[in-house]
Amino acid sequence: MAFINMKHREVQAKIVYYGPGRGGKTTNLEYIYQQFRDRIPSEMVSIKTHGDRTLFFDFMPFDVGKIRGYDVRIQLYTVPGQAKYDATRRLVLKGVDGIVFVADSLAVQRERNIESFQNMLDHLAGHKKSIQDIAFVIQYNKRDLENQGIPMLSIEQLDADLNPRKNIPTFPASALKGINVVVTLKKIIAMTMTNLNRSLT
Amino acid sequence: MAKGRGMIMTREKDAVTLDEYAMGEEQIGQIEGVLDRLVAIGVHCVMVIDMAGNIVAIRDNGKTRINVYSLAALAAANFGAVEAMAKLVGEEEFSLLFHKGAQESLHFLKINPDLLMLTIFGPEMTLGLLRIKSSETAAHIRSIWLR
Repeated sequence: MAFINMKHREVQAKIVYYGPGRGGKTTNLEYIYQQFRDRIPSEMVSIKTHGDRTLFFDFMPFDVGKIRGYDVRIQLYTVPGQAKYDATRRLVLKGVDGIVFVADSLAVQRERNIESFQNMLDHLAGHKKSIQDIAFVIQYNKRDLENQGIPMLSIEQLDADLNPRKNIPTFPASALKGINVVVTLKKIIAMTMTNLNRSLT
Repeated sequence: MAKGRGMIMTREKDAVTLDEYAMGEEQIGQIEGVLDRLVAIGVHCVMVIDMAGNIVAIRDNGKTRINVYSLAALAAANFGAVEAMAKLVGEEEFSLLFHKGAQESLHFLKINPDLLMLTIFGPEMTLGLLRIKSSETAAHIRSIWLR
């Protein structure tokens, strides 16, 4: 539910990084924070447990610049991936304009990816939305672990599980090494802004 | 998208079904004018935010140095969490949400199902006066929102 302030010519929109626990959502935001410090007007907010897991969400505002004369500020959030924080995930999805689903490429995480994806669809439905209504991309994270002898899900397998119609933009990535993190971000911002563009006069 | 003019109130209760919403110059100006009255009686900063954490309008006394965007995101999440806690104990909502600090305190007020008012004030302001004035302000904002 992006908000357009026509008096101050400002747009605020919400993008959420969603996915299973330890999949790399927070790492995505941390990389973005390091790379775009000049566009982020404040510190990154992280509400973590003592074990350094996301408890509530991570948050940071991101200044995209001007589009059609409007200052565009994207609010980037993550959700806590652990199953027990289900109510929090629903809360963070409220008013979402775009989602990056961060899938874990480790073979052992296959079921968790699928569960998390379904959980996201359920929560969106609870907010009377679907992934067709919003900007949506999938990131296949941890691809840097290929060729290290660790059992991995192939891109084909991930597509079959999460993107069977092949109609969602997907990005193989490594949040830890920063590979395709910015590409993913640019795509979700572009899609979010395309949805908003018709409203900016 | 319809522009401005209280579109949220014409929709169903859970407004997240909207893709986006806009408020015009006149409507924002009126809300800012109402908020200015709260600043005039001594609050440090007051903002109207939506339940997604966006800042709809903000006014301050010119002396505050606050990361308002993070504060708005956390305030909306905090309110949502407290509302969920209320339901768990059998309440629809907790009508007063107030965090007291030594120099700065926070007061939350639900304006309508879509909007919250967050006020930051110091020890020189009494909570009783703030509650009365905040309620009046919220009523004004509801009437502007509906126009």
